Amino acid sequence: MTIDRRPLTEQIRRNGPPPTLCEYEDRGGYAAIRTMLTEMTPEEVQREVTDSNLRGRGGAGFPTGKKWSFVPMGDDAPRPKYLVVNADEMEPGSFKDRVLLEGHPHQLIEGIIIAAYAIQAECAYIFIRWAYRRSALALERAIREARESGLLGHDLLGSGFNLTVHVHTSAGRYICGEETALLNALEGHPVIPRAKPPYPQVSGLWGKPTIVQNVETLCNLPHILAHGAEWYRGLGKGKDSGTKLYAVSGRVNRPGVWELPIGTTVREILEHHAGGMQEGYAFRAMQPGGGSTAFLTDAHLDMAMDFESLSSVGSRLGTGTAIILDDRTCPVGFVRNLEHFFAQESCGWCTPCRDGLPWVERLLAALDSGDGRPQDMDILERHVTFLGPGRTYCAHAPGAMEPLKSALEHFRSDFDRHIDERGCPWAKTGTDE
Amino acid sequence: MTKARNHSVTIHVDGRSFQADAQRNLLESCLSLGFNLPYFCWHPAMGSVGACRQCAVKQFKDESDTNGLIVMACMTPSAEGTRISIDDPEAREFRSSVIEWLMLNHPHDCPVCDEGGECHLQDMTVMTGHVSRRYRESKRTYRNQYLGSFVTHEMNRCIQCYRCVRFYRDIAGGEDLNAFGSRDRLYFGRMQDGTLENEFSGNLVEVCPTGVFTDKTLSHHYSRKWDMQSTPSICSHCSVGCNVHLAERAGIMRRVTNRYHSRINGYFLCDRGRFGYEYVNHPQRLRRPAVRPSRENSAPLISLSPAEALARLRSRLSERKRIVGVGSPRASLESNYALRTLVGREHFFSGMSIVEHRDASLILQILTDGPAPSWSIQQVEQADAALILGEDLVHTAPRLALALRQSVREQPMEQLDGLNIHRWQDAAVRTALQGQRGPLYIGSVAGTSLDDVATRTFRGSPCDIARLGCAVAHEICHDSPRISELTSEESALIREIARALASAKRPVVAVGAGTGEAWIIKAAANVAWALHRRGVAAGLVFAPHECNTLGLSLLGGNSFEQTTAIEGDRDRDALLILENDLRRRLETATLNRWLERFDPIIVIDHVDDAILDQAGFVFPASPIACSDGSLVNHEGRVQRFFSAIAKEQDVQVSWRWIQDIGRVSSLESFHAMADWTSLEQIHAAMAEDFPVLRRIGEAAPPAQFRIAGQKIPRAPHRFSGRTVLPVLETIHEPQPPHDPESPLAFSMEGTPSQPPSPLVPFFWSSGWNSNEALNKFQDEVGRSLHNEHLGIRLLEPQPDARSRFFENPPPRYERRNNQLLLVPLPRLFGSEELSARASAIQEQIPKAAVVLHPREADRLGLRKGQAVDVTAPGLTRRLPFETDETMAGGLAGLRLTPGGVSVPLPAWATLKGAPSP
Amino acid sequence: MSHSKDIRSMLSEHEKDMINEELSHYPTKRAGAVEALMIVQRQRGWISDDLLLAVADHVDMAPAELDRSATFYNLIFRQPVGRHLVLVCNSVTCWLMGADRLRERLRSRFGIDAGETSADSRITVLPNVCLGACDRAPAVLIDETLHGPLTADELDRLLDSSLSETLP
Ligand SMILES: Cc1cc2nc3c(=O)[nH]c(=O)nc-3n(C[C@H](O)[C@H](O)[C@H](O)COP(=O)(O)O)c2cc1C
Ligand code: SF4
Ligand code: FES
Repeated sequence: MTIDRRPLTEQIRRNGPPPTLCEYEDRGGYAAIRTMLTEMTPEEVQREVTDSNLRGRGGAGFPTGKKWSFVPMGDDAPRPKYLVVNADEMEPGSFKDRVLLEGHPHQLIEGIIIAAYAIQAECAYIFIRWAYRRSALALERAIREARESGLLGHDLLGSGFNLTVHVHTSAGRYICGEETALLNALEGHPVIPRAKPPYPQVSGLWGKPTIVQNVETLCNLPHILAHGAEWYRGLGKGKDSGTKLYAVSGRVNRPGVWELPIGTTVREILEHHAGGMQEGYAFRAMQPGGGSTAFLTDAHLDMAMDFESLSSVGSRLGTGTAIILDDRTCPVGFVRNLEHFFAQESCGWCTPCRDGLPWVERLLAALDSGDGRPQDMDILERHVTFLGPGRTYCAHAPGAMEPLKSALEHFRSDFDRHIDERGCPWAKTGTDE
Repeated sequence: MTKARNHSVTIHVDGRSFQADAQRNLLESCLSLGFNLPYFCWHPAMGSVGACRQCAVKQFKDESDTNGLIVMACMTPSAEGTRISIDDPEAREFRSSVIEWLMLNHPHDCPVCDEGGECHLQDMTVMTGHVSRRYRESKRTYRNQYLGSFVTHEMNRCIQCYRCVRFYRDIAGGEDLNAFGSRDRLYFGRMQDGTLENEFSGNLVEVCPTGVFTDKTLSHHYSRKWDMQSTPSICSHCSVGCNVHLAERAGIMRRVTNRYHSRINGYFLCDRGRFGYEYVNHPQRLRRPAVRPSRENSAPLISLSPAEALARLRSRLSERKRIVGVGSPRASLESNYALRTLVGREHFFSGMSIVEHRDASLILQILTDGPAPSWSIQQVEQADAALILGEDLVHTAPRLALALRQSVREQPMEQLDGLNIHRWQDAAVRTALQGQRGPLYIGSVAGTSLDDVATRTFRGSPCDIARLGCAVAHEICHDSPRISELTSEESALIREIARALASAKRPVVAVGAGTGEAWIIKAAANVAWALHRRGVAAGLVFAPHECNTLGLSLLGGNSFEQTTAIEGDRDRDALLILENDLRRRLETATLNRWLERFDPIIVIDHVDDAILDQAGFVFPASPIACSDGSLVNHEGRVQRFFSAIAKEQDVQVSWRWIQDIGRVSSLESFHAMADWTSLEQIHAAMAEDFPVLRRIGEAAPPAQFRIAGQKIPRAPHRFSGRTVLPVLETIHEPQPPHDPESPLAFSMEGTPSQPPSPLVPFFWSSGWNSNEALNKFQDEVGRSLHNEHLGIRLLEPQPDARSRFFENPPPRYERRNNQLLLVPLPRLFGSEELSARASAIQEQIPKAAVVLHPREADRLGLRKGQAVDVTAPGLTRRLPFETDETMAGGLAGLRLTPGGVSVPLPAWATLKGAPSP
Repeated sequence: MSHSKDIRSMLSEHEKDMINEELSHYPTKRAGAVEALMIVQRQRGWISDDLLLAVADHVDMAPAELDRSATFYNLIFRQPVGRHLVLVCNSVTCWLMGADRLRERLRSRFGIDAGETSADSRITVLPNVCLGACDRAPAVLIDETLHGPLTADELDRLLDSSLSETLP
């Protein structure tokens, strides 16, 4: 693996400060936008990104170029248009955006300029979670530097294009990461997702055309423009293009995050990069892309970690940040922890999510404490179906059901044991080192 | 949301094809087609937000699709070829799951819940078939709040449908109710305990699908919906004429609920209308005739039977030549007409105050002679530009103010087509429009409740408001009189208003009569007429003082200004006062001097306050709620009301007393009314006397109307305990009371069919026990009622009239040394006579006070807490004062409360700080 | 509001400046409302009713409307909190890496459960969703600084230094 195969992270210093503007420019930073602003039309930028086949890194994997294509363009398009950067990273298991935010804010800013230019947005907001204070400070500093060098603000580099960027610090709650809830949060309205249609591209922030993009997605843009769509496509191993920030947490030897060609296999990530399981722990299953993705088992270790492969086995690439379930941790407890999270983070708008998730959580708690009954399994199954896509108002509850559904498939016997043995079999052995 | 833009498409529901309206969502289409599809968060007047997920159906791509997808009917358009199934097993199961989730925490307290038996949640639970509980955990509980004298709060029952906040904030503009918290820990209420501030808070009772918000006044004399007899009536607490249902049991009026009328109140009532009914139960209400045995005023009145009282009256009247009659704007058209018939045109006084009389005649003149029509509330709601002149309409015609609040969304809505957003997509509409508002301009003496949605406001004296209106009219059409001496700031505002109105498609000019300045009314007419000259179809909407001000005015009585017309001769005339507390209308000294001329003074009323000390004979009238008759509302629409209570002993409707009095008098004119036995006969006579009233009889079906030979029952078929009601008097079950006046019966027996709309006694349908049953009474949900009689509009404009503008507008208001112009500030609670007698309303009546701009208070050297002595012609009062930054300078506002003032305002007044005690 | 003058004077000039700076980023004031609350909270520890009214007045929102936001976000405190804030991650990786032991230690040392404040108001312990530090699980955030992975003993030592350092 050569260094130029890690375009997003190569300049990030593990324990040092992020590159300054000068450092970044010395290594080719902001060159792409200089060319873009002088030589490319927004349509050309859009085309390049579409050709690159970049797909969103925020969880849903929607093709970025296609997302942009719904934004009304031209002189009679509504104004202002907005770009919103989703830096609310709160998905359990995910910490990859933090690495990019803390480690290399200028790269993100360059990505922001590119995306904003492509849709002709004049204003961008970076919506960042409160816990990422370090990232927010790093961003503020980088924005100041960029503004002082004429890279942001009025008439960027004399191109006539204007762009202001603001950091908006939120105050908690996972649902703020859902893109339409995020827009309501940003407007200072009650934080409830919005029904689609209309899509944000048409009626988004303050009713104006808006795109919401994940941090990592945007960080790819400078490199796509600098090296071209074809180069970018070549970075991936399978059908998908580019690199991906993969992460692993749990009982592995080296939990962490690595930028790898998208489509790297599970096994390689787990064994080569994460250093395999810790002494005394065996791999049982994993959530490949964060807390809202379905479990994979050892049968899937040779799968490529890309969008299509993982959907083909009923899971998702999601954020690409894996959580490992080891053999000494109770899978029911694991899911219970997840469902506690989802129940607590429901915004409270729609019935199935607001009232269904706490029920699920309590049923799992009952199983854990030995109060489970056989009929509880039917109720859980029913929730898996009835909290699925289309039944609820947004993707929060369906996301919560993905791990539950797959757990009921893969760990059914563990659930049954909780009922039969009137309690958690692991409680007796414990999860202690 | 109620725009009638029919664009018919074919949709397929469970294999059958139907025509539907493409502008509506599938829930609306299914309900309109008569399907039972459960829902909570959708509301016909508020649109869809997709929160409750109760209205799920299965949608199929095409004929060959057998899997289908669950969708929310309320969030899915009725598009051509849409295929859905309501019956689909998965959809059914999902819907019952939604109920199961809602029931996890909903208490099983139906037996003690006021909503029980008319609870939408109960109905929907039964509809979905969810019956047994599987959830083993304990239920969540909340602390309830004290929300004032109207509404009770019981948060544990909440199912988080968000309807309350959406109504309260988005429709009514209230700011003190909200949803707090998140996930399954949501709280719907106020930040702290306290009276709900919004004037429409009572609608929460109907909007909430379960028992979180219930009617506190009902709970003081609680009865189940099925145990109350319910009657269609017209609200008598302002001039709008909202349609209401009055519920009664055992002779006690129990509550008021909204009776949908597609052109007037729609789904919502104001709090005065909803909670003002208790005047009917007032312990001091007059219920027996009374006579003062001696002519000495100090002698007490003694109660007598009607026959005795009339006999005594006969002896006093036999020698009399004449009776002078005083009518009433809060009495029915029929009673006023009866009085006029008996006493004759010359001796008939309207009974309105001088100001009210003048304003009402002016409004009639404008609506009959001019080209601009009066608009219904529904038309106002759809106005795309509005100018309000005068006062804060929320205090004088609340439902009109609510409509004006909605109107500001009309113009921005036009953008929705371009964005492909349907009007019913409530949240998307609000996002797309971002609080953009169409033009609404307000000229008033003080801040108004609509200022928050106004484009711009203008504050000034009543004259200055009128001048503003006239100047706008002149700007629109130069034929209307010019206004001189405008500041450049005023001119700019005037140009802006003129432009906004003239470029609108449906502008409206709304005007109150509350300031007492006639020129404001004239100015409004000038604006509307100027617009008509420019080819803009503008509407006018007025807020006359009382529920029948216009009706009374149509009968053309004399004004009190003409009191000299009847020369008192030595042989004094008798005076017959119909439902009128003259002390509210004439300044005391003048009134007393006038009354001196008469003997005896006969009062027909139900309000004890109205018994003048001078009255020699008192006859107890049944109030509007307990009688039958007609009222003419602010737009000139006649509507029929029916009695909610069976005839009470010794009490009768005023026109019958008038007839009885006629019988014992020696008046010739009695013969004209001698054989009236029904309203229909009176209507026929009125139609002959007054061409404008020729269709009055059509406002509702006549008393002989029957459906398949049967009357319409006021009591629901589940009415219980009928036999025990009279048990204290008799153990026999008496015959149900007779109701010869109307096609309605005080009974459970009668037709099971839906009657024509004016006769619908309650909204109730199989499986739909709550007011949501209304869907089953409409042709299409949210639109006209089946067989809707809208009442009869009496006053239609002369489309081609080139009416002459009102000329010679008043000069600019000039301050006077040491004096301020005293202007009335009517109040929602307290200014209207009858509702002010209801106990729940009494708790909300503000203190009488003089309201000043802080600068004026400083100028007068007033200190906080000091009282003010107010002196104006005919008026000397010591009152507390309050400061209000929104009050126009140079004025003093007089906050009107019960027994307010009786002198014509505005008037110049001297204010002086009272010496401290 | 009759007491509007007193309410207005509750916010310091410094707070108002900082709030106004945030408000200047948006076309509407309410968009900066949550940040305004956070600014005030950073100065005062928590948002009392009066402060809420003051901020509502400053950002032109109905108090109940602002309170809706304030009660929605878990990091806006409508009740007093201790001088130090310890957020213990309770999401899945930290759970399986032993976050419970950190909470137990906090409980035994301060006598409080997650969600509570010590009797001496020194410290408030709150459970928090995934802190985005799963590679350092179990992780805690002490007064906005991230620490992890931690054993119970390490947490103890860390608290000894961070609580004493910043004590007045
Ligand atoms: C409940 C929920 C939470 C989400 N949280 C985040 C988040 O924290 N960060 C993020 O980038 N996307 C998050 N998403 C996905 C966003 O809705 C959206 O798809 C993404 O920001 C789009 O960016 P992309 O196209 O660049 O991936 C969340 C989605 C849901 C349903
Ligand atoms: S209080 Fe009633 S209207 Fe409001 S959310 Fe709860 S159930 Fe719905
Ligand atoms: S009525 Fe359709 S989701 Fe509530």
